Amino acid sequence: MDLNSPSGQKIALGVRTLAAWFVALLLFFPILFMLVTSFKTELQAIAVPSVWIFTPTLDNFTHVQERSDYLLYAKNSLVTSVVSTLVGLLIAAPAAYSMAFFPSKRTKDILMWMLSTKMMPAVGALVPVYVMAQTAHLLDTTFALIVVFMLSNLPLMVWMLYSHFKEIPPEILEAARMDGASLLTEFRHVILPLAMGGIASTGLLCLVLAWNEAFWSLNLTAANAGTLAALIASYSSPEGLFWSKLSAASVLAIAPIVVFGWFSQKQLVQGLTFGAVK
Amino acid sequence: MTRKPLPALGLALAVSLGMAVPLAANATDIVVATVNNGHMIEMQKLTHFFEQANPDIHVKWVTLEEGVLRQRVTTDIATKGGQFDVMTIGMYETPIWGKKGWLQEIKPDAGYDVDDLLPAIRSGLSADGKLYAAPFYGESSMLMYRSDLAQKAGVTFAERPTWDQVRDAAAKMNDPKAGVYGICLRGKPGWGDNMAFLTTLVNAYGGQWFDMSWKPQLESKPWHDAITFYVDLLRKYGPPGSSANSFNEILALYNEGKCGMWVDATIAASFITDPKQSKVADKVAFAQAPQQVTAKGANWLWAWALGVPASTKNAAAAQKFVNWATSKAYIELVAKEAGWAHVPTGTRKSTYANPQFVAAAKFAPAEEKAIATANPLDSTLPKSPYVGVQFAAIPEFQSIGVTVGQQMSAALAGKESVDAALKASQTAAERELTKSGRLK
Amino acid sequence: MRSLARLLLAPAVGSLFLWMIVPLAMTLYFSVLRYNLMEPGEHTFVGLGNFRFFVTDPSFGTAILNTLLLLGSVILITVVLGVLIALLVNEPFPGQGVVRVLLISPFFVMPTVNALLWKHMMMNPIYGVLAQVWRALGLTPIDWLSDWPLLSVIIMVAWQWLPFAVLIFITSLQGMNREQLEAARMDGATWLQQFRFLVLPHLARSIAVVVMIEMIFLLSVFAEISTTTGGGPGDASTNIAYLIFKQALLGFDVGVASAGALFAVVLANIAAAFLIRLVGKNMDR
Repeated sequence: MDLNSPSGQKIALGVRTLAAWFVALLLFFPILFMLVTSFKTELQAIAVPSVWIFTPTLDNFTHVQERSDYLLYAKNSLVTSVVSTLVGLLIAAPAAYSMAFFPSKRTKDILMWMLSTKMMPAVGALVPVYVMAQTAHLLDTTFALIVVFMLSNLPLMVWMLYSHFKEIPPEILEAARMDGASLLTEFRHVILPLAMGGIASTGLLCLVLAWNEAFWSLNLTAANAGTLAALIASYSSPEGLFWSKLSAASVLAIAPIVVFGWFSQKQLVQGLTFGAVK
Repeated sequence: MTRKPLPALGLALAVSLGMAVPLAANATDIVVATVNNGHMIEMQKLTHFFEQANPDIHVKWVTLEEGVLRQRVTTDIATKGGQFDVMTIGMYETPIWGKKGWLQEIKPDAGYDVDDLLPAIRSGLSADGKLYAAPFYGESSMLMYRSDLAQKAGVTFAERPTWDQVRDAAAKMNDPKAGVYGICLRGKPGWGDNMAFLTTLVNAYGGQWFDMSWKPQLESKPWHDAITFYVDLLRKYGPPGSSANSFNEILALYNEGKCGMWVDATIAASFITDPKQSKVADKVAFAQAPQQVTAKGANWLWAWALGVPASTKNAAAAQKFVNWATSKAYIELVAKEAGWAHVPTGTRKSTYANPQFVAAAKFAPAEEKAIATANPLDSTLPKSPYVGVQFAAIPEFQSIGVTVGQQMSAALAGKESVDAALKASQTAAERELTKSGRLK
Repeated sequence: MRSLARLLLAPAVGSLFLWMIVPLAMTLYFSVLRYNLMEPGEHTFVGLGNFRFFVTDPSFGTAILNTLLLLGSVILITVVLGVLIALLVNEPFPGQGVVRVLLISPFFVMPTVNALLWKHMMMNPIYGVLAQVWRALGLTPIDWLSDWPLLSVIIMVAWQWLPFAVLIFITSLQGMNREQLEAARMDGATWLQQFRFLVLPHLARSIAVVVMIEMIFLLSVFAEISTTTGGGPGDASTNIAYLIFKQALLGFDVGVASAGALFAVVLANIAAAFLIRLVGKNMDR
């Protein structure tokens, strides 16, 4: 069987499509289950064997809306995640640029050191950070969360951007520089387009990490700055059935991110190849 | 293709900084931290009644899962953070914090009728005779069994059966092929999970956590007999996966009709008799938690209560709120809005004397008896230096409880022998108490 | 250019330095004190007492082993499967966009929800989906959390982090030089040869990045363990982070928590040194 013949290619495509869809659905299944559960009653949610055919209800979603201030939590999550990611990218990009295109003997050490700032487990650093926030009167503010998220994700952003910048061949930059481009122009017109896929995926991943961050979100906030992590935390009750409600709350918590993911994913697909640039 | 991220970024920053600056409050804002149990959710829903009656007070809620809540409020109160004005705390921390002066004494108004509070609950929330947290709802533990399965197996229960009788009943009711397990009990590691139940089991076998000189007793005969019994009982007649089951998991099983018997918190009764979430709502009957060598400490006592930290800046408003949420009027309000079957119970004698409540809640008499027979000041056969039925109200207990809970879970899962588990538990308890200086 | 390069680095390095140094200094300070939140005002110096307490915990050795097992297994699973999946979805096919979003979605779920999802909906031996599948195949359902606690946690964490690896690998593959691949194909190279000599070296750097970043996060896995197994049965699924929580935070012992945190940092450095040896040279090719 000649895989390079047109019919061979078609079969290969068919197999690939099937395999890809199978794997994707397999990985997605638990989330699908959760999505379905969010439309069930509590009684249906715990039924054995699992119920797949049932009358869906929106009760859980309205319950979540009534009971907690979803919009406040969503707003806080949005603000803290987006701002911390944007500011982080602003700080990380120059650093990654510097290390990728002007490497020195210390570059690897600096990279490792940056990663090492994340080695202290949060559970151990809880009291020092709490006391710091308390002294600065920053408890229960979105500002504190933004700072914490940004600094927590900064090492990752530097690492990932560094990796993506390294994939740009230096010849392209040389060419731009020889044409007399300034640093800013070089960055905006050469690097940014080429690394857009990388920047987008870095931004998305760090946004998700900030969005899902629960430890600091719960410990440094009270009534005003709580994020969606606090919303979710209020649903896993130790005494009482809550599966369908928790599922609904989780769906509401993930929804904005999925939208982000969809748009960012388009950036990935648009990644330019070498041939096109040349 | 180029983008212009800078203006967008500037806008985003400006907006966020604007949002980050806290707005000035006009009315008094009080922040209430609470657990996410059903009764508390109900309290949140009814807050507007309080705010209508007190227009100068605005209530903000922070609802968290129990473990996180406890850690959060403890950190706050110990560092005098002042983040919360009202805290939902339990019988574990109230005596400890009250003695340290971290809580304000509860000063109810005239119509509160403090003597209406059930004595056991009241003493569990006091230190040196002063009430430090007002009880919101209380619970004990009891035996909840399936009347239909018991009838089919020809089993009847005394008002307070012995554990041996329970084992015989489990053997008769056990029918895994039909998907029914004789008895379901907690097994997930945790001082408030499996250890809450196991402590009462050990109490019933005549044991205690620590003797009067604070020496841990985990290798004593009562512990050995109780845990051996527990492991044997659940392995033979319990559902698979028991070593990871806590209240919710068993509730799901019970409501699906898979458990013949269940010994757990009395609040379970309101869930398993609710046709909206239980398939066996009308087939449940109640008895007191089983005894063995003694009935002392056989059923536990817990209350979720509202306390006011000493470091709050809004003491008057906070006290008003606590007053409202734990008053007779509040109970009547819930009855009007949600029905008598859903009122917070286990706090006041007047609730149990109310005919409407008794009519709506089949479990009321059993629950009342359970709470009345639980005494946190005297729950073990040999005298104990600690307060608490299913825990010891000392700061070291959480850590000890988790480690012992892990060991018990391992014994149940068959990973360790009971003796090895108890030995490891004894070592852990001794380590903890030596570190804190309680055990010399 | 040199000084410009340094200037560009300054904000990142500076802010991280402050972020690192202040908590680190405080942690070092607390670790030699007897400091319990329940007894404020009594901070006596105890030297290495906290460290000794932490290290002499009977579960200490197991916790280290579990931490490394968790780390190694999840990294292995996510990198191997990640590369395979990225290759699978790299070339266009019908529904590629949707498939990519589906693949990334587990990463969006909050760790606590992830844990609850797996514990109740998937792994419960009576009403979980996996149990139903097992029964449908005629086998006795596996009691995941009781019999295979660490493996269960590994599965949950790997499921959550696989999308991370897949996303990074997809992005990296997008930047591959098509012409080189075409040329190789024309020369008659098999797919396997293309993979070994062209694709894998190109992916080497992103693999290194994935390994190092995952290492950092996986060392402090906590939410999954506390929600599902509570570290048990026994200490079968206790890792260093959970041990710190159990030993210290539960007792509000800041001194021991700080000592434990410093141990975790040491462990992390050792793991990092080892992994760097494995993948580090790919970082600055």
